[in-house]
Amino acid sequence: MGVFVQTVVAGILIGGIYALVGIGMTLIMGVMKIINLAHGQLMMVAMYITYVLYEYAHLDPYVALLVTMPALFVLGALIQRFLLNPLIRVEAILPENQVLMTVGIGMVLTEIARLIFHSDYKSVRPAYTSMSLYLGSIAFNLPMCIAFGIAVLLTIGLFVFLLKTDMGKSVRATAQNKEAALLLGINAERITVFTYGLGAALVAAAGTLLLPIYYLFPDLGGAFTLKAFVITILGGLGSTVGAIVGGVVLGISESLGATYVSMALKDAVGMVIFLLVLIFLPGGLKRLTKI
Amino acid sequence: MKLMRWQVAAVVAASLVFPLLVRSEYYQHVIILALIWVVIGSSWNLLAGYTGQVSFGHAIFFGIGAYTAGLCSYKLGVSAWWGMIFGGPVASLIGFVIGWICFRLRGPYFALATIAVGEIIRLIAVVWVSFTGGMQGILLMQTFRSKLPYYYLALFIALMCLLAIHVVMRSKWGYYFVAIREDEDAAESMGVNAFRYKSLSLIISSFFTGLAGAFYMNYMAFIDPEVVFSLHHISIMAILVGIIGGVGTLWGPPLGAFIMVLLQETFRSAFFGLAPRWVSELHVLAFGLLVIFVILYLANGIVGDWDKIRRLWSSKGPSAPGVVGKGS
Repeated sequence: MGVFVQTVVAGILIGGIYALVGIGMTLIMGVMKIINLAHGQLMMVAMYITYVLYEYAHLDPYVALLVTMPALFVLGALIQRFLLNPLIRVEAILPENQVLMTVGIGMVLTEIARLIFHSDYKSVRPAYTSMSLYLGSIAFNLPMCIAFGIAVLLTIGLFVFLLKTDMGKSVRATAQNKEAALLLGINAERITVFTYGLGAALVAAAGTLLLPIYYLFPDLGGAFTLKAFVITILGGLGSTVGAIVGGVVLGISESLGATYVSMALKDAVGMVIFLLVLIFLPGGLKRLTKI
Repeated sequence: MKLMRWQVAAVVAASLVFPLLVRSEYYQHVIILALIWVVIGSSWNLLAGYTGQVSFGHAIFFGIGAYTAGLCSYKLGVSAWWGMIFGGPVASLIGFVIGWICFRLRGPYFALATIAVGEIIRLIAVVWVSFTGGMQGILLMQTFRSKLPYYYLALFIALMCLLAIHVVMRSKWGYYFVAIREDEDAAESMGVNAFRYKSLSLIISSFFTGLAGAFYMNYMAFIDPEVVFSLHHISIMAILVGIIGGVGTLWGPPLGAFIMVLLQETFRSAFFGLAPRWVSELHVLAFGLLVIFVILYLANGIVGDWDKIRRLWSSKGPSAPGVVGKGS
């Protein structure tokens, strides 16, 4: 019983960070109607920035959030503005051109990271990474708890932004109906640039929070891109609340899979769930929410 | 860009005499790799470029073909060359099953499903050690010391594949495929059984990809799950080869395959030793940048947008009808 509870707790904590990964992806999907296949790679870039700041400027990873989020916001906005938006006007045989472009972008980001940092594993281990809080016999790993807390705060912040501010409402409007939004005077192109930046900033936060409990290498991006899909599909495309649920579900199922099935098949658990949801539950959990 | 009959004949003749003129084993090896990619890229193109079903899972079929050949020797103790007979059909069978699962989804959802299936199969190959040998992979003895038999076999497979696609695309099936790509609902309402023809396209596509995999096993004499089932190195590369050359064209993927392999080898060898050593790490990066450039400026690939390129070349601006530009 103790092992089971411990596993679920670990799953929920990591799920909070996964939710952050998924929300970024789902925002981009909702507004641009594209799958962002460079999502994990953006996270990887943020992690390397965090790593460099820690290694050379001795900046705490949680302080580094203030650097990585704006930095990735700018990177994301630039990608959307100069690489993705021009494709809207292009006539191509395959409508998936933008998606394929993100594949190329992901590849280039990975290779640049490999060129600078080489393929070996890096990690950031401040003193507090090994500390744990105890509730009865259940351990709560401290950096995971901090990460979970910050992830929750960021998510709440995002919701307030989407629900209360003009910009947030414009983003939602564009996601719901682009033509109508255009007619009502929303500059859709600017919204897409902003949204991709926002998505990149959120996944940057996830990466920075994850670094103290994880390790880092250039190909990490690809693995997290896959995780991001699973989360978004679980939650239903374009649904932010769904992404949170999807993140937690993936966190718990991976955690249970690693404990009770095998470490090697941990990733397969996510993929199998993903396939089943794709086929039997199209739309995910979107029905439950309006956001 | 339509190739004339004599141009096709010239390409075939050149590829037939190439290894006799170029004795270097290294260059022969590079061209063999390119020919393998011609098959993978063209097969992917049949399903994605002509039928509109963008698969991110062609490593599945390549891997299944390679493992069919590998397991012939590893499990049955017969020659891996039997894989050349069974690799294609086994991959087709798996393709049919995967199609049955994934074709109920459309567009990007189909693409995502193929990624998921590919990853699941890769993980199975890694974990099921008693059957596949797991991460140890499968190692064979090469049959031939010379590259020539491999070269001509690879060339034969590549030409067969292109010929088959050419014939299929000129038949009734080909028109159904394109109809499904252009508008699946409209095709359905005209009486085209979309599911049946998507499956057909996938079966042909996976057959040749599996054949290429079986050949790869025999040629390279070593496989492991991370190599042949790789999402990044096979599935996504197949897509990029098609994109660079031009989707929905017969000669696009072959051109893309040669560009990809030659670019990689040029960088890997640091411009044949002329450039500093660190350049050799740039080969994937260079290819990625090329992909971004092509998608931005040549949306239909080099072959698909050939006229655009030619216009730049002759720098006469858009050629009006009736005006014979240079180079035509």
